[in-house]
Parts: sequence; C-alpha cells; structure tokens
Amino acid sequence: MYAQMIKSEATKEDPVKLAAFQARIDAGEKIEPKDWMPEGYRKTLIRQIGQHAHSEIVGQLPEGNWITRAPSLERKAILLAKVQDEAGHGLYLYCAAETLGVSRDELTEMLLDGQMKYSSIFSYPTLTWADMGAVGWLVDGAAILNQVPLQRTSYGPYARAMVRICKEESFHQRQGFDIMMKMVNGTAAQKHMAQDALNRLWYPSLMMFGPSDAESVHSEQSMRWKIKINSNDELRQKFVDQTVPQAEYLGLTIPDENLAWNDDKGGYDFSQPDWSEFFDVLKGNGPASVERIEARQTAWDDGAWVREARMAHAAKKQATTLAAE
Amino acid sequence: MSVAGLIRMGDSTLVLGQRVSEWCGHAPALEEDIALANTALDLIGQTQLWLGLAGEREGQGQDADALAYRRDPWDFRNLLLVEQPNRDFGVTMMRQFLFDTWHLEVLRTLAQHPDAEISAIAQKSAKEVTYHRERSTDMVIALGDGTEESQQRMQSALVRLYPYVGEMFTIDPDDLIDMATLRPGFDAHLTATLDKATLTRPASEFAHQGGKTGARHSEHLGHILATMQSLPRSYPDAKW
Ligand SMILES: [Fe+2]
Ligand SMILES: [Fe+2]
Ligand SMILES: [Fe+2]
Repeated sequence: MYAQMIKSEATKEDPVKLAAFQARIDAGEKIEPKDWMPEGYRKTLIRQIGQHAHSEIVGQLPEGNWITRAPSLERKAILLAKVQDEAGHGLYLYCAAETLGVSRDELTEMLLDGQMKYSSIFSYPTLTWADMGAVGWLVDGAAILNQVPLQRTSYGPYARAMVRICKEESFHQRQGFDIMMKMVNGTAAQKHMAQDALNRLWYPSLMMFGPSDAESVHSEQSMRWKIKINSNDELRQKFVDQTVPQAEYLGLTIPDENLAWNDDKGGYDFSQPDWSEFFDVLKGNGPASVERIEARQTAWDDGAWVREARMAHAAKKQATTLAAE
Repeated sequence: MSVAGLIRMGDSTLVLGQRVSEWCGHAPALEEDIALANTALDLIGQTQLWLGLAGEREGQGQDADALAYRRDPWDFRNLLLVEQPNRDFGVTMMRQFLFDTWHLEVLRTLAQHPDAEISAIAQKSAKEVTYHRERSTDMVIALGDGTEESQQRMQSALVRLYPYVGEMFTIDPDDLIDMATLRPGFDAHLTATLDKATLTRPASEFAHQGGKTGARHSEHLGHILATMQSLPRSYPDAKW
C-alpha cells in the first residue's frame, strides 16, 4: 500500500507498562502524542506515516506530468485540484509524524537519501491521458481500501488525518472513473489508450498492497498495535473483487488469463504480480524511480534559498516586534 | 466590440495559469506547492469565464475550450509578462506580484463596468486576486528582505521582468478600459512593496510590446501552446 513492507520494531520495555498499553489498544482507546508508548510503536509509526506522507508527495509527480497537457480547461482544473489535494495529504501526514518527534525536514532527508521509501506504484510512468483516469480509478481506489480501516488505527493523530484524507480519495476515484468512461466511449484512439493504461497499471496496482503477509514477520505486531488493520492478501482480494465488475462495465479487459470467479471463496481467482519486479522497484529500480527522487531532490535543493530567506525574514520581523515592545 | 478585450483578459489568465501549474509537485515547500496550485486554479477558472463570454459574444460557436485549445499563437492576446518562463521561484513570485498588482487594479475598475456580465466576472475574480496580491506581495517582501542571496535573486528577477511592465498600461482601443489610468495605483503599490522588500526599481522604463496586440509574442508562447494544445489538436474528434 502507500506504506509497504513496514518493519515493525521490537520493544524491550517494562512488561507492566507494555501490558497496560496493549490493554488500552484492545479497549479501542486512542493513543495520543503525550501518552506513554513503547519505543517500537513510536518508531514503527514514524516509518509507516512517513512512508505514507512521502507517497502522497512523490505521487504528485506522475499526475503532475499531465497538468500542462490536460485536454480541456475543466479537466485541467480537476487534475490540478487533485494533485493539490495529494500535497495536502502529505502535509497532514507529516504533521501527524511530527507529533512522534520527527520533523518534516528530517523525514524529507531520509526520503532523499534512500533510508525511507515511497509506494512502489509511483515509480511507474504515466504515458497517456488515460493514465489520469486509470490512476484515479485503480490507485486511489486501492488507497481507499487501505485507508478506510486506518481511520480506526490506534494512534489518534494518524486516525484523524485518515478521516480527512479518505473523503478526498473517494472524489479522486470517481473522477478517475469518469475519465475512463469518457475514454471508452470515445474514439478508437481513446479506447486504445484506456485499455493500454489498464494493461500497464493493473499489476503495479496489485503490488500496492505488498507481498503476502505469510512472508512478513512484522505484520503480526503491527496488527496487535492496530496500526495495521487488515492483511495484505485480504485487501488485495477485496480490490480485485471490486474492480473486476467496474472493468466489465467499462468494457475493458483485465490483463490476466487466470482471472475467474471462484464460487467456493466468493471472490475472484487471479494471478499474482511479478514480485521480483516489485522488489526491484523498492530498491530504486522502477522505470521512473530515478526521475522521481531526482525531482524531489531538485525541488529540495532549489528551494533551500527560499526556505532560508523566509526564516531569516521571520526572525527579522520578530526582532522588530520585540524591540517595539 | 468587447470580444477582443475579453480575449485579452482570458488569454493572460490562461497563459499565467498554465505557467504557474508547471510548479505543481516541484515547489520549495509543501505550503508553496499548495498555494501555487490554488493560484493556478483560480486563474484557470477565470479563464473559463472570460473566454466563455468572449466565445458567446463572438457568436461563431466557439466555447472557452475551443478558444484556448484551437487557436494559433498569433491569435493569442496575452501580456508578454505572463508567457515568461518560471525560472527560479523568485522570478515566478516577482512575475506573479507584478501581474497581481496590475490585475487587481484592472478588476476593481471592471467591477464598476456598465456591462453587467463583465462586472460580474470582475467582481468574482477581484475577490480571488485580492488574496493573490496579498500573498505575492508578502512573498516579495520576505524574499527581498530575507538573506543576501534571496535579496540578490529578487533584485535580478525584478530587473529581468520590469521591461514587461510597460505593456500592461499602453492605451489601446481593444482593451476593455483605459489601462493608462491604472498606472498610478500600480506604482503606489509597487513602490511601497519594493521599499519594504529592500529592492530598487530599475531606472529604465523601456517596455517590450506585442503581447496584447499579438504583433510579436516571445518565443516562449509557441512552446506553451504546443504543450497545452497537444491532445485536442492531435485528436480533433475526441471528447474528454
Ligand atoms: Fe493517495
Ligand atoms: Fe492522497
Ligand atoms: Fe488521491
């Protein structure tokens, strides 16, 4: 998902405190910034919220790629507003992470030097206008599945950030689907673009949920802490089950020969994505990984003088106010 | 009669909106990213209104999209200032400040225009642009009176863009109003802001011409339009 493969930290604290903490979580209480929390809980959350925030910010880039080429004034406005929303999501999440004692600048530097990751999906390029439809439909759609349960996560500031974010993500998904509708009902070239977008983005979308939890030792602890609510496979299944009828409605073909309804499980059987490709992407070998980090690095470096100047100006202003008092 | 003047308004907001939107995802801080997207959104919205009315009055069946996406560079009537590239954040904000300062004077005057449709668009836009001008003014002051480096960058941004100020105020029958009368208001805000920003107004009043008349755009406009118009031009039958 936006937070994939989050390593949860072991914790070696006072067992009495730990038990009391776990009891609060089990009782459905929210943990707030000033409350005692295990070091492992804090560190795992920083990693998860940070990765989520980075995903929102890096996620601006593949869609930002089409703002200047949006085919009508209305589409331009909708796309701009969407990408602006994603920046807003990044902002809420960095603020939530800050309550755990890490600054936005520190998190940014960890993204740039590769210590922290962003969702694998944003390392894929957006090649036609139909990708603006497919990203909204599939990527925001997958994000919603993960984020709706996170509104109930145990950490208060994270849960509250999720509530605001989820509302906007549903808009994004509907807007994406609306673009797809226009494309599939359009000219032959538009239909071609729509099918091509689905072909390229289907498996990367399945990868968003992360590899099967059976392989992950960290999921269990995170689930006990309620910072992970559902298993990766559970969410992936839900995504496929919800998306297949939508693709049918659009008249598009999901690029999976093994896709078939399974009556016994009440869901679709489907092919797994190529997980070796996923691990390559996480290592920074996605088709657009280098460009994504380069773009963030350039924005960071080129913006340094602006951030410094604003701080210097604020300090001068404060000095004048103090002198006047 | 008013069509040419409406197109001038809409073309300037369109081209600047397009330019500002290039920042999306690349600004110096998240807050700036969001604020720039906001400005671009307002400008695109204003474009829909100005060009929409222009198309209606022209009566040739062209809507705002047709005017934005199907005209050639020589038909554009935007100010030269707005087609200038973003360059660094300082140039972008200085361009925004100069434009906003002019724009707000124009809209306040147009808000009193006897033509009700024109005054309605101007009143709506003036609310948005009041905020734009406040923001770009604050930014020019903060970056001018910031560090030594930022002061230098803002001064060179001003030197670079000042030759595009004069065009905004030339008297021309195609404008909706007499732009020359707005110069004192513009100058007053400019002087006050530059003073707080510790910036020096360039001595030369030389002014490039040819944007709003369409007689001679810069080389930049062709590239802006090639990008912006690529889909509707490549797929003329498609609906999006
Ligand atoms: Fe998202
Ligand atoms: Fe988002
Ligand atoms: Fe979204």
